[in-house]
Amino acid sequence: MTDSTTASAPKPSSSVKLVLLGEAAVGKSSLVLRFVNNDFQPNKEPTIGAAFLTQKCQLPSRTIKFEIWDTAGQERFASLAPMYYRNAQSALVVYDITKPSSLVKAKHWVAELQRQASPGIVIALVGNKLDLCDDDSPEDDAQDGENVDGHEEEAVRKVSTAEAKAYADEESLLFYETSAKTGHNVSEVFTAIANAIPETSLKGPRGGAGGGTQAAISGGGGQDSSRVNLNARGDAGAKEGCAC
Amino acid sequence: MSTTEHSAQSSTGQRPDVGPDSNNGSPPPLADARQHDEGTLEQSKELRPPLPARPDLMERGQTAGAGSLRLSKRAARPQLQSQATTALSLADVHTADRLESGDLKSSPASRAVSRKPSFAYSLRHASTAASEVDDGASVRSDMPAAGSRLDGESMLGDLIEGASTPAFKALSAQIERADPFDGTLAEDDILSTQMQYELHDVASVDADGTNEEALLKIWKAKLKHFFILSASGKPIYSRHGDDQLISHYIGVVQTLISFYQGANDPLKGFTAGDARFVLLSKGPLNLVAVSRLGESDAQLRTQLESLYMQILSTLTLPSLERMFSYRPSTDLRRPLEGTDVLLDGLADGFTRGSPSTLLSALECLRLRKSHRRVVDETLLKVRSSNLLYGLIVAAGRLVSVVRPKKHSLHPGDLHLIFNMLFEAGSVKAGGGENWIPLCLPGFNNTGFLYMYVSFFSTSEDVHSPEAERPSSGGKDDELAIVLISANKDSFFELRQMREDLVIQLEKNGSMAVIKTAIRKGHASCADITPGTVLKHFLYKSRGNVQFTMPSFEPHFHGLVARRKLMSLYHNLHESIHSRTSHLKVQHTIAYDSTALAWETPLFELYCVASSNASRAALVQGANKVVSWIRREEERVFIIGGAVF
Ligand SMILES: Nc1nc2c(ncn2[C@@H]2O[C@H](COP(=O)(O)OP(=O)(O)OP(=O)(O)O)[C@@H](O)[C@H]2O)c(=O)[nH]1
Ligand SMILES: [Mg+2]
Repeated sequence: MTDSTTASAPKPSSSVKLVLLGEAAVGKSSLVLRFVNNDFQPNKEPTIGAAFLTQKCQLPSRTIKFEIWDTAGQERFASLAPMYYRNAQSALVVYDITKPSSLVKAKHWVAELQRQASPGIVIALVGNKLDLCDDDSPEDDAQDGENVDGHEEEAVRKVSTAEAKAYADEESLLFYETSAKTGHNVSEVFTAIANAIPETSLKGPRGGAGGGTQAAISGGGGQDSSRVNLNARGDAGAKEGCAC
Repeated sequence: MSTTEHSAQSSTGQRPDVGPDSNNGSPPPLADARQHDEGTLEQSKELRPPLPARPDLMERGQTAGAGSLRLSKRAARPQLQSQATTALSLADVHTADRLESGDLKSSPASRAVSRKPSFAYSLRHASTAASEVDDGASVRSDMPAAGSRLDGESMLGDLIEGASTPAFKALSAQIERADPFDGTLAEDDILSTQMQYELHDVASVDADGTNEEALLKIWKAKLKHFFILSASGKPIYSRHGDDQLISHYIGVVQTLISFYQGANDPLKGFTAGDARFVLLSKGPLNLVAVSRLGESDAQLRTQLESLYMQILSTLTLPSLERMFSYRPSTDLRRPLEGTDVLLDGLADGFTRGSPSTLLSALECLRLRKSHRRVVDETLLKVRSSNLLYGLIVAAGRLVSVVRPKKHSLHPGDLHLIFNMLFEAGSVKAGGGENWIPLCLPGFNNTGFLYMYVSFFSTSEDVHSPEAERPSSGGKDDELAIVLISANKDSFFELRQMREDLVIQLEKNGSMAVIKTAIRKGHASCADITPGTVLKHFLYKSRGNVQFTMPSFEPHFHGLVARRKLMSLYHNLHESIHSRTSHLKVQHTIAYDSTALAWETPLFELYCVASSNASRAALVQGANKVVSWIRREEERVFIIGGAVF
């Protein structure tokens, strides 16, 4: 893994490791696809494992090359998350503004990052699928943010801007509402992150994504029953006499 | 060679003499094949480690008693212990089960009944068996000579009695089903009418249930169903229909299963109307296949095995067992979240008809031997220390493989990988590079491996990482590099290897060669066997566990035509693999197709032509294929691969 300080760019260039976390289907991959390819797919399939992508972001003073881990939101992959956020300098924790449970999940991720990730990590809280409630003015629904649960109504906002913003402020997170579909605020999130990375942490090459520790950290409450046992692979080698 | 394998019990088969051939003194093509093949085998022994036992031969060995093919009989998953092979191993997980099911069957009669669908084919296909019983040996190897000299008549004629015993007729007559290629008899051609809607999803039941009846009708019209339920009867997976719609039927299935299990006589399969039900019990899971496509029990069971392998691939066996031992009523849907897409991919593949699953073999991209060697050498050169398996895959076909000497690759595992990459679409859709934990049950069902995947579009020549992100696009022009490691932290190491690999492949011209080969696609049958009647064929090299075939186009256009072709192949396959008849050569005639299946210890060949083709012409075509393979063997198959 190399720090890609390309000679061609006159501006100083540094790479920033970024991880996306959040409940399944909130639109993590869609946000990345919008940021990287400026594209949107209406029926995106769930991510399996994680996807790694890179994209440059031009700041006035320097070029930031994002090295992005787009993780799978499905709970069976939750135990792998530490592998991806362990060395991350920034994280995008995504929820779906039409799904209150996804904000609960987002809060879990934020807590876990604050506990386990590198101390200086820059975290942005992102409420996605803003396009689904373009008609509502965000403030109108401020009060039903909390109490609606799992309604199958036509795309209505279920998480108020005020509520999420208040939480973000409390935890000192960057906060944006986005639409991967329309592209609204997407590049803004990444630019804000790029700007928020402290200069000091931009110097010098960084190590790869992993030390050798087990993925032993829980991804949050209530996941234990569905966690896949990844430690079993140690046995694999032994049993097979695999010397490779 | 195999005269001892199946002692000749029947006199129905005529044995044509093998005489000196008129072909410039060279041996006749097919007879020659035997010698040639032996030669190949010996020769290849020098080049690569010995082959493991072959599952299908092992079965045969069991049925026939002693055989000249003395292959060691092994336990359930023979090759998991470091058996060095060619690129791929034959260790499919299916072996044990098939043996077991065979052993459990009480009498030949009951077995025959349980195999009804496989006979059904003969209802309209006047089936001419070259050797209905066990005297296939001489016919097999001599047939070619006869074919080229005598137009096949002497060997293939006069054998219909075998297939028209009263019992056989009675059996066949019970079955109402459609043939392949049935363009004219529309009344009972469920295949043509239903197949085009077959893969459409059944909608969900409304909240008020008003559409339930209509949906049930659609659901029942499906030609094929797959269900997975827990031992306690909890639904885990169904290809079609949501829980509400199918709960009643799941209940019925569960009742049946537990009734027989209670009697200590597990239900393996049954026929209801025109549908064949096959059940497979795997630890805490029961898997059910329902088919109206005329597949045999063994074939359906293979498909269920594959679904089961996908579940293991998501969970690993210990974790599956642990969940159920802690809580027998575990709802597996949550831990399997997202796996349904992969199961659907497999299931639809089986419904469309998968040559790879039918033959338990893989297909490779045709490359010149020298080109493939360069690719192999490049793979070895850039191999990183944590690599277990490295694959270059093009549109579902293997280009090259690098693997440790100790570990072969299992076709079943590769099928799961290919399904994930090329059918289910989730990986490709993610863009970028991927890091995927998965268990490869054929390799080791107890733990996870980590798979690095990156796709290339073959239509552009750019190779910077930023340009390799086809966000959409047909699977036919895509190239994937798949690097598998047991170390979950080796993503960046493998990524570096990918980078080095691509640079090297670009530099030595291999990338261009591969891309050209991908773009060319399959050769047409007319190009491979010019001047013959053949419209399509499948050739499986048993030693290499690989198969090759021409393009479906132009003769088999669209889902229905392909399914009919695949159904014909399934029937041919069953006719030579069925334990009740040990055919070596099978010739079938229908009003709209003729076909030939031909098996030797070294290959299986299935050829299809239109209905007016004579046997002689078919035989000639088969000969052409065999001699083409002989010329092309090292191009169409990966022999050895890159081993470290
Ligand atoms: N209307 C709308 N739909 C969106 C938006 N973002 C994503 N979607 C849709 O939501 C679904 C899930 O999006 P993904 O990007 O796959 O979600 P994900 O968070 O990556 O999901 P996992 O990979 O399973 O964790 C897809 O059908 C997207 O098309 C958005 O901004 N607006
Ligand atoms: Mg995703």
